[in-house]
Parts: sequence; C-alpha cells; structure tokens
Amino acid sequence: MIPGQFDYVRPSDLGEALRILADREGEAKVLSGGYSLIPLLKLRLAQPGLLVDIGRVDGLDGITETDDKLIIGARATHRQIHENPIVADHYPGLHDVSGGIGDPQVRNWGTIGGSVAHADPASDWPALLLALHAQVVCRSLAGERVIAARDFFVDTFTTSIAPTEVLTEVLFTRRKRNSGGAYAKLERRVGDFATAGVAAAVELHGGAIAWAGIGVTGVSPSPFAATHAEQMLVDVPARDGEFRRAGQAAGAQSEPVSDVRGPAEYKRAMVAELTVRALRAATERALAYA
Amino acid sequence: MTKQHITVTVNGEAREADVEPRLLLVHLLRDTFGLTGTHVGCDTSNCGACTVHVDGRSAKSCTMFAVQADGADITTIEGLSSGADLHPLQQAFWDQHGLQCGFCTPGMIMQAAWLLEQNPEPSEGEIREGISGNLCRCTGYVNIVKAIQQAAGTLSAAESAPVVAAETTEGVA
Repeated sequence: MIPGQFDYVRPSDLGEALRILADREGEAKVLSGGYSLIPLLKLRLAQPGLLVDIGRVDGLDGITETDDKLIIGARATHRQIHENPIVADHYPGLHDVSGGIGDPQVRNWGTIGGSVAHADPASDWPALLLALHAQVVCRSLAGERVIAARDFFVDTFTTSIAPTEVLTEVLFTRRKRNSGGAYAKLERRVGDFATAGVAAAVELHGGAIAWAGIGVTGVSPSPFAATHAEQMLVDVPARDGEFRRAGQAAGAQSEPVSDVRGPAEYKRAMVAELTVRALRAATERALAYA
Repeated sequence: MTKQHITVTVNGEAREADVEPRLLLVHLLRDTFGLTGTHVGCDTSNCGACTVHVDGRSAKSCTMFAVQADGADITTIEGLSSGADLHPLQQAFWDQHGLQCGFCTPGMIMQAAWLLEQNPEPSEGEIREGISGNLCRCTGYVNIVKAIQQAAGTLSAAESAPVVAAETTEGVA
C-alpha cells in the first residue's frame, strides 16, 4: 500500500518544529515512531500535506521523577518505559501497559506521546492516563498548556491538542505509599488491539479504599473514565464483592459495538471482569507498597 | 513533491538515493537497492516478514519511511552472515527445519537475531514472546523455537571459545 504524496521535514529541535507547524497550520501532522500514523497513511485514512518528523528532536524522551511527579518525554518508546528502573520498581500500571502494547518491534519504535496523541479508541495508554489522572503537556509557539487526561480524549481519534501544538510530556502523580495501579487487557491474539482493556488505580487507608481511578478502552468511541464505578469504590472495603459491583458499573457505562471481536454484551461482561482483575492486582500492589 | 536525498549504511556499505518521502524503507531496500531478501508480507505492520535492524533496533520496514532512516545504519538478512558461512541462526533454521515455505524466514531470523542480542540465553517463553510480532503460517513455530534455542547455544559457545583458542595458539607459538 502506497500513501498519498506529502512533504517531509525532520527538524533538529523543537522550536523549529513548532515554527513549521505554525506556518503550515492544519496541513501538517507530527510523525514520531510512526507505528500508528504510517498504517493510517498507507490506508489513506489520513492524507496530510506535510509530515514533521520529531524522531531526531533532542530532549523529548527522558523519564524523570521529581518530588511530586513522574515525567515521561513524549518520544520515550514503550520499550524504554518498560525497561526503565523507576517504572519497573514503582509504577506497575505503566509497566503493565508498556510491556503489552503491540509486539516487540512496535514497542521498539512506538512512543507514549504518539500513542496518546493518536487516541485510537482501543489503545492502551489512554486507559491508564485516565485511571491515574495523568496530565498531557502540549507546546506551541504561544507557550505551554497542561491538559488533564480527562479533558484530553474528546472522541474517536480526536483530542484537545491544537494543530500547531506538539505533545511534549506526559505527567503522572508521583506514587504514594499504599497506592498501586494495574492494567488488564483482553486481546484475541498477541499484538491485536484490545477487545477491552481496564486500568485501575487505588489508594488504601486501612483496609478501605480511599480513592480509586478506572480507565476503560476498546468499548466506546473514545477511552473513558468509569466514573460511576469510581464513586462506588470510595470508602468501601477493598474486596472482591465491591470490585464486582464496580465492574458491573464500568460495564454498564461502556458503549461497545458488536464486531469481529465479539458482541456488545460479551464486551460489557469482559469490562466487568477485567475491572475486577485490575482492581485486585492494584490492591495487592498497594498493600505491598506500604 | 520533491525528492529528498538520503544516505544510509546498509550491511556496512554506504548507499545513497533520491527518494519520494512516501517511499517505504522496505521498497528502498528491495526496489532501489535490489536487496530482495527482506519480504513484504501483510504490508499492515502485523506479520514481521519485513523485519530489519535500524540503528540496532528491530523494525518493520513496511512501517518506516526511507527518509526517516536517513543517516541510519541498517542490517538486512543479506548482511547477517560474513562471507560464505551461514550465520548460526541461518544454520539452525536449516538444521531444525525452522521453515517450510520460507516467506517469513528473513524477518523471523532478523527478529531472532535482535532478540539474542538483547537476551543471549532466552527461555522458551521469552523466545515465543520475542517473535510474537512475526507470523509463520506453516510451521506452528515449534521448529522455529528449536532453531533459535540451537543458535543461542552456538552463539554463547562461540562467545567463550575464541579466548581459549587464542591462548592455545599463543602457547603453541
């Protein structure tokens, strides 16, 4: 499959990339790892006039922890994130997601920023960003915007990023004691998009849940936060009965369509089950992180 | 759309080309450079038949534009062995009957080569996970896994062997 024609530039720094995006507003798409955008170009579902390749822009792929945040540069690949010692030791939800996206070649090149900006309705990162109340940093010539993940994913393949902006960082809250996250995904085979995927995060106080976050992917026009389930989990014991009720609520809040990956009712049931599994794993990890 | 001039190193050799930005890396390798060992399988980033190494990272060359590889060091199946001897992975695929139709084999071997660079002694599970981006519709993977296990053994034996051989030669001299 041959994409339509386009111009291509590979700026060496972010400032140059932002100037080009401003000059060619609406015509250009940002290219990073390419594993989301290039398949779309080949199918001619996207036909931008210009690709701005940020693959050689320095300084956008760091993974650093500050007093209150974990900051991941947009160009960090799934593999870099998965193999990062801070992530491996302290951020199990990120470790789950980054190790399970696509296949090894995809993880070698695909980036967190690319995946988040692409906003495929069945992609993995958005579910976790929603569960953890992450933030997305976007920069343009006009300055920087920090957007809450819960305001970022607008619709299918649609985010609140502007055509003149580059997504530069994803910000997670630094992990607290007695908290943990997890991601549970159902796929037909390795490397397929999620039939359904649920990310869960909990913070425990005594034996009870002080706070819970749940992000769901694959079963709606866009990944969403299962807010009904989250509300049901506040100040209740962290145990299976409560997880099941939350799972039912998350399934009910889904809007799946019947397709090659299964009928809608099956997908709702899977969301319920995956919610239970993700909450169980998140709780175990929170208990082990006292 | 204007063509762009790119320079790449392919299997140790500097190559240049003027390419349209939309030219995929796999077509640069096959059509422009005549290196047809790299196959186009699904053309949808799924099957891994087009796997090559770009700056030491395994990549699906149907999911990368040639212009993105400007300045990069690329290794294809043609560059895996030195001279007439087969690379231990190629020999192992032969010995273990790790192929039937052979269409997936170049990509499978390049992915296995990358895997063994990252993890010289992988478990069976790690091998299966490592080649999960490469599809084979003939073998059922059993002999492919055996072949990669054999090559891992050969490569790690070769890793330790030359030191002994050098000492022996020195002793004789």
